[in-house]
Amino acid sequence: MSKWYKKIAEGIPSSSIFKKSIPEGVWDKCPECKTKIKEDKIVFQLFVCSCGHHFRIGSEEYFSILFDEGKYEELFREIVPKDILHFEGPQPYKERLVSEQAESGLTDAARVGKGRMNGVELILVAMDFSFIGGSMGSAVGERIARAIDYCIQHKIPLVIVSRSVGARMMESFYSLMQMAKTATKLALLGQAAIPFISVLTDPTIGGVTASIGMKGDINIAEPKANIGYAGPKVIKESTGKDLPKGFQRSEFLMEKGFVDMIIERKNLKSTISSLLQLIIEKEPID
Amino acid sequence: MLDFEKPVLDLEEKLHKIKESNLDMEQKTFKINQIKAELHELKTTIYSKLSGWQKVQLSRHPDRPHSLDYIENICSQFIELHGDRKNGDDHAVVGGFANFEKQTIMIIGQQKGRTMKEKQFRNFGMSNPQGYRKALRLMKLAEKFNKPILTLIDTPGASPGLEAEAHGQAEAIATNLQEMIMLTVPVISVVIGEGASGGALAIGICDRLLMLENTWFSVISPEVCSSILWNNWDYTEKAAEQMKLTAEDLWNFKLIDGKIPEPLGGAHKDPEKVYLSLKKGISEHLNELKDIDPRKRIEGRINKYSHIGIYEEIK
Ligand SMILES: [Zn+2]
Repeated sequence: MSKWYKKIAEGIPSSSIFKKSIPEGVWDKCPECKTKIKEDKIVFQLFVCSCGHHFRIGSEEYFSILFDEGKYEELFREIVPKDILHFEGPQPYKERLVSEQAESGLTDAARVGKGRMNGVELILVAMDFSFIGGSMGSAVGERIARAIDYCIQHKIPLVIVSRSVGARMMESFYSLMQMAKTATKLALLGQAAIPFISVLTDPTIGGVTASIGMKGDINIAEPKANIGYAGPKVIKESTGKDLPKGFQRSEFLMEKGFVDMIIERKNLKSTISSLLQLIIEKEPID
Repeated sequence: MLDFEKPVLDLEEKLHKIKESNLDMEQKTFKINQIKAELHELKTTIYSKLSGWQKVQLSRHPDRPHSLDYIENICSQFIELHGDRKNGDDHAVVGGFANFEKQTIMIIGQQKGRTMKEKQFRNFGMSNPQGYRKALRLMKLAEKFNKPILTLIDTPGASPGLEAEAHGQAEAIATNLQEMIMLTVPVISVVIGEGASGGALAIGICDRLLMLENTWFSVISPEVCSSILWNNWDYTEKAAEQMKLTAEDLWNFKLIDGKIPEPLGGAHKDPEKVYLSLKKGISEHLNELKDIDPRKRIEGRINKYSHIGIYEEIK
């Protein structure tokens, strides 16, 4: 084991939220190779199976993996979702928010952290798929908007780890407008020449891909992530055909020219920090 | 014909029959006036309190004017331009320079077809990435020559196909959003039919957003909303109500800058009337926007989109 590898594993706090649902040392079964995975091993491997399958992890895990010593300050937690339209659905949105919040311990589907990555100070936004599919409503949009404002104000780079089904339907027009809002802020970030690295993970679909995901100065994808605009189910329904193997996966997007690189989770931190150091050309602070 | 239109069409049919009948003049006139009054009352009852779903249906009415109809009728000249200069020419998007009230503007519209052949040619109004990129190319052209931009939104959504994904429709949409924010020329967008998802928004970042009365604008169509939330299409009508997606809903939430009235029964009942009111609406907003300094206009746009959204701030 490399020293570097160990350092990352040690960075994961033992009290991480993902441990709650683990039965007796067995963590989960890999959907790719069907192997049952041991808890300590999967944590150590940053939730990547020995076969290479990248499990879906949340903001807490990314913060642990990417920030130096897993240390960060969470920003804009005070912004929380609201059911403005009194949207009912199979479960009223208002009730759903309460139950999702209670279950996940999260207040919405994206969290903003400020910290250092191999010494480089930055803002990291990470999405939580477990919270209504990582969907973007007004609160998520506002948190991202403020994260970008913060980057502009403090002249520090932005990294967004996307994992989302897209815009949140229960907020209808308002959620559509979060695409416009985040795009506006990213345009301003671009004018300020502050680097933005977009990390696309499985899955990144719909309005999030079409506002944030595709607009990194550098787009990085985790291996085999489903990345696209229309969801695979929708495409399948409308074309009436099974999707070709590997369609809409990271490797496909790379071939089509929409991502710069495919990076395994264990190398994300070093890749992002190296890129940022090259762009910023300033010695990181230890 | 839409379900809720049936009583009206039945009565119109009855009126037609009486006009053609060989009743004597006096009797005929009497009956005709009677039915006309009845018809007016019926139309008013049906069309003045349409549900969200009924408005969605009207927005898709096969006889409804499409982008090219509006362009032809509100402009004195239109020269269509083609291609995104990268990959191809998308037929679901039309655009070009036009003469609108003695000034040159750039018009970009999402175009649907009427016959089956036309519908397929226009891909049912669903743009491919080439369409968004053509639209952006034309917007940049307008900016270069300092011409205002008018976009006409009418799409059931982005194209759910393999090609669209392979050519990066997410990238194309995202790029349009960012680029439109910073355009130095005035931008007015009008929803003339359906406004669904990022496919609509990709030409809808603007200084002024107007909607015709029987149109809608939302994150997704009510059918897809029903299918995602309830796993089937049975709740489409319910979804349409809850999504608060009509011009009136969005006007009440102060999310749009103008609501353009349509004749009883929809734009297709009297298109000339709609052309006139649309022309008037665009003209008013355009004149206002032209007087604003470009930098202030962009600032206003940035401000508008920076503040959109409803959330709570807890302490
Ligand atoms: Zn495996």
